[in-house]
Amino acid sequence: MKHNLKYHAIKVDTKKCFGCTHCMKSCPTEAIRIRNGKAVISAERCVDCGNCLRACPVTAFYVEQDSLKQIKNYQHRVVLFPAVMIGQFPEVYSEGMIYEALFELGFTHIFEVEQPIDVLVESIKQKVAEANNKPLISSFCPAVVRLIQCKYPSLVKQIISVKAPHDLAANFAIEKLTEEGISRKETGLFYVSPCSAKMAAVKHPLGEKDSIVDGLINMNELYNRIMKVIKKSEKKDTSSARKNLSRDGIIWSLPRGEARHFSKKSMAIDGIHNVVKFLERLENGEVPELDFLDLKSCNQGCAGGILLTGNRFLTVERLQKRSKRYPFANKIEVEGTTSKLLKEKLEAEKIEPDYVFALDKDRVKSLEKMQKVEKILCQLPAIDCGGCGAPNCHALAEDMVQGKAKMTDCVFLQKRYLKENKITLERGLKNLESSWGKNRFDADCNIKGGRNEGF
Amino acid sequence: MELKFDIVGGDFNLAGRASSKIKKVLKQLGIDPKIIKRIVVAVYEAEVNVVAHSVGGRLFAQINSSEINVRVVDDGPGITNIEQAMTVGFSTASKEVREMGFGAGMGLPNIKKNTDEMTIESELEKGTSLSFTNRF
Repeated sequence: MKHNLKYHAIKVDTKKCFGCTHCMKSCPTEAIRIRNGKAVISAERCVDCGNCLRACPVTAFYVEQDSLKQIKNYQHRVVLFPAVMIGQFPEVYSEGMIYEALFELGFTHIFEVEQPIDVLVESIKQKVAEANNKPLISSFCPAVVRLIQCKYPSLVKQIISVKAPHDLAANFAIEKLTEEGISRKETGLFYVSPCSAKMAAVKHPLGEKDSIVDGLINMNELYNRIMKVIKKSEKKDTSSARKNLSRDGIIWSLPRGEARHFSKKSMAIDGIHNVVKFLERLENGEVPELDFLDLKSCNQGCAGGILLTGNRFLTVERLQKRSKRYPFANKIEVEGTTSKLLKEKLEAEKIEPDYVFALDKDRVKSLEKMQKVEKILCQLPAIDCGGCGAPNCHALAEDMVQGKAKMTDCVFLQKRYLKENKITLERGLKNLESSWGKNRFDADCNIKGGRNEGF
Repeated sequence: MELKFDIVGGDFNLAGRASSKIKKVLKQLGIDPKIIKRIVVAVYEAEVNVVAHSVGGRLFAQINSSEINVRVVDDGPGITNIEQAMTVGFSTASKEVREMGFGAGMGLPNIKKNTDEMTIESELEKGTSLSFTNRF
């Protein structure tokens, strides 16, 4: 995969960003630097996990989406949303009311993404049965897939090459509409994303060539729209739109939602920092024999998605309750030839490793650079303050050997150099400005940093 | 370049620190993941050996552009019968160590399997010195 082709849905609003260190410190792949007082995301390193959005004290990050207005360009308007969306609404709103609100917003067909989930379960089970190199790792969470691609290349082959539920659902929807005599040309398919990672993956799919949908909508945006039009009572019966929905589908995106199908020989890990720690151990050979790993970047799986409005634990609670009212996936007969067709479309393209953390393509040069890094580290204070615009001293040292930073970027070294008369005060200030922007250190009541949670 | 680690005997909390650090370095050097995996498994086993069986020791990793050499030295008690210790399934690990999921008698055989060269020397009451090399 070529680096310059990497698309990311997370963008920085440079008007709002005033340059602090919160996002940079929370990024699991050290992809963020502060330059000229603004956060800059490295497209090579970003895995779209959305931790920067969570950490930002001034909501300076946003997720790119398509306008909801464009649905009007299509005669038939299909909304595809993952079941977690229902979970985040307060219990006073029934799923029927939410469906009615979606019709009210102009959609003509509604599909929850995890509908024909049995096809997916069977396909994954088959892959597990055929695999010699276990555990197989779910490809469900795109942030995890990208993380493995760049940080754990030795595990890439264990990622299951099966398409994501949204893909399955899109094909399912197309199939159902065709049965009704509606052509694909007149149909607009809109996917509602719970997170930045799915947003990027659906727009520019990993392991697939083109996006299957016509537009992408942020779940928090749709939540606001629904809340504007939703009624306090049900007027129509919308249950037929949910007849292929199953218990297994509703909780698929929660922790263990996938792993539960592999009972004893599976594990589920949620939260990207937990995933990182676990993958380290897996690489060391410290993990017992397993068939399947269900890894999700957000705590509480998609219920903790960055684009959800509701509290993740309440969302899980509601989804668990909701799922109990639905039959198991293997009890649902999908009519016609649909499930056979879907199976054929499930195979995804192979995912390749992406060595973005290697210091150089040439091993001899890498080694030289690494030795330089070690030498530079002796000079740096190991306070990891972020004052240089890099997340820690080690990252700064690596930036230096790559020619992206210099010794005087370190605010503490600057002081030492000043004392030793190696640089002038003007020079030192200029350096600070190149990281933090001009006038950044003037008094300004509009700029206040964040605090730790709990304050 | 050389990396050095102290390994504390009996402290399983720190077992895996050396292998994780070495792994990170090798990844940054752009070494083939398959080779990294073999090295990491060997280093981890060696670390656990020192933690589980010895009073403590040190691990030295020498890395150049063509190979990695790892030397693990401990301060005792030494191995009575090296040939026996190299047998799959043979272990002198205590009940406590086995209950923690270690001591399956796979350590040394696993190191041998995952390295290109391996030598081990041991003197009773003095300690054990293990050295292995993997070429990139």
